[in-house]
Amino acid sequence: MFDIAIVWSVLPALGKGALLTLELTALVILFGTLLAFPLALAKNARHVAARSFAHAYIVFFRGTPSLVQVFLLYYGAGQFQSLQATFLWPVLGDPFWCVVIALALNSASYTGKTLAAALAAVPRGAREAAFSLGLARYQAFLSVEFPLAARTALPAFGNEVILTCKATSLASTVTLLDLTGTARLLSAETYAPYEVFLGAGLVYLAINYGLMLLMRRLERAFKPSN
Amino acid sequence: MNILHGFGSQLLLGALATVQLALASLVVGSLFGVTGCWLQLRQNRLLRGAGYLYAALIRGIPDLLVVFAVYFGGSLTLAKLTGRYVEIDAFAAGVFALSLSFGAYAAEIARGALLSVNAGQREAAWTLGLSRTQALWTVILPQAARTALAPFGNQSIVLLKQTSIVSIVGCDELMRKAAEASGATRQPFTMYLAVALIYLVLTGAATLLLERTERRASRYLGA
Repeated sequence: MFDIAIVWSVLPALGKGALLTLELTALVILFGTLLAFPLALAKNARHVAARSFAHAYIVFFRGTPSLVQVFLLYYGAGQFQSLQATFLWPVLGDPFWCVVIALALNSASYTGKTLAAALAAVPRGAREAAFSLGLARYQAFLSVEFPLAARTALPAFGNEVILTCKATSLASTVTLLDLTGTARLLSAETYAPYEVFLGAGLVYLAINYGLMLLMRRLERAFKPSN
Repeated sequence: MNILHGFGSQLLLGALATVQLALASLVVGSLFGVTGCWLQLRQNRLLRGAGYLYAALIRGIPDLLVVFAVYFGGSLTLAKLTGRYVEIDAFAAGVFALSLSFGAYAAEIARGALLSVNAGQREAAWTLGLSRTQALWTVILPQAARTALAPFGNQSIVLLKQTSIVSIVGCDELMRKAAEASGATRQPFTMYLAVALIYLVLTGAATLLLERTERRASRYLGA
């Protein structure tokens, strides 16, 4: 019933899908983290409007399934014919970019919330000390506040990276042949779902194990050296 | 509900199915979690290994892959057993797949919570003459439950959102209804936005319930 030879034979094809999974993960983390900075600053801002916006953003993206967010962008954009004539269409008409954008917006809500809490936990004294040493506001943020906050936020960020890698499997629902999409196709071609999905699962495990090791190194890099 | 072109009641029916899917998976998944935790805390290395393997394996792969494996694998197994092609029930496959996933996280939460109870508590219970079972039920578990409540609740909310992926194999829940309504009305943005708001209400209600339960569970704790 279970043929281990099939697992080996589908691995090269799954490897190609894994490349797309890695590409999606990298882009989502990159854009999601970049978006997380303004979001975290807005959440901690004194301005009520900025704070409310950040709060509403986080509630929406954390309170709804990622799949809805992907479909809202990918299928939803099709409702507005006028969009198809604009410069946005090459992006919104492309499932790859729809997945990247939807998941990045989603990831930013998680990373942004973590970062905001970590920044708020940085002692006031650290900032004042930086100012008294003559650092400008942006210098104080980049070289004092952010490294301290990053140390607090990194474990949660590591979890978010692995969750993001798993979330990229949603790409398979909008026709992309990522690792999950490739596995689904191969399963239909070979009539060997157990072998194919086990093979794909092992590749995911290997990727996530690698990501975990990478995040540990990053955590060590931000540890104070004594 | 003109804006939904008469699909409002369909979406609400879908929401009901989503809640049923989530509750069924919560119950079955918790059973898997208890089993996984029990295995992880065994002296027997084989059983302990099985418990850890389950949690590590499932937590390292996407839920969607688990759904596909259960749905397509289950169809094949049923076909081989019965000798003819049988369409597997998407709801049942969905509950099983979501439970496998939820159970892996629940096992980790339960083990962490049990181990967080100070060993002195158990020794004190034994000193007072309580049997092992009595010590577990009246001293250890109530304290562990309080620790486990918040992460367990958060994972339940993740589960509620994850039910949406079962629509991909044709389970007739909220997401599926939205896809049908989108196709019929050619207004996918309106439909998916409406569905997003319904999910928001569901997760919001779950969050409020969790907060209330947490407050109630810690009402006798000082500070």
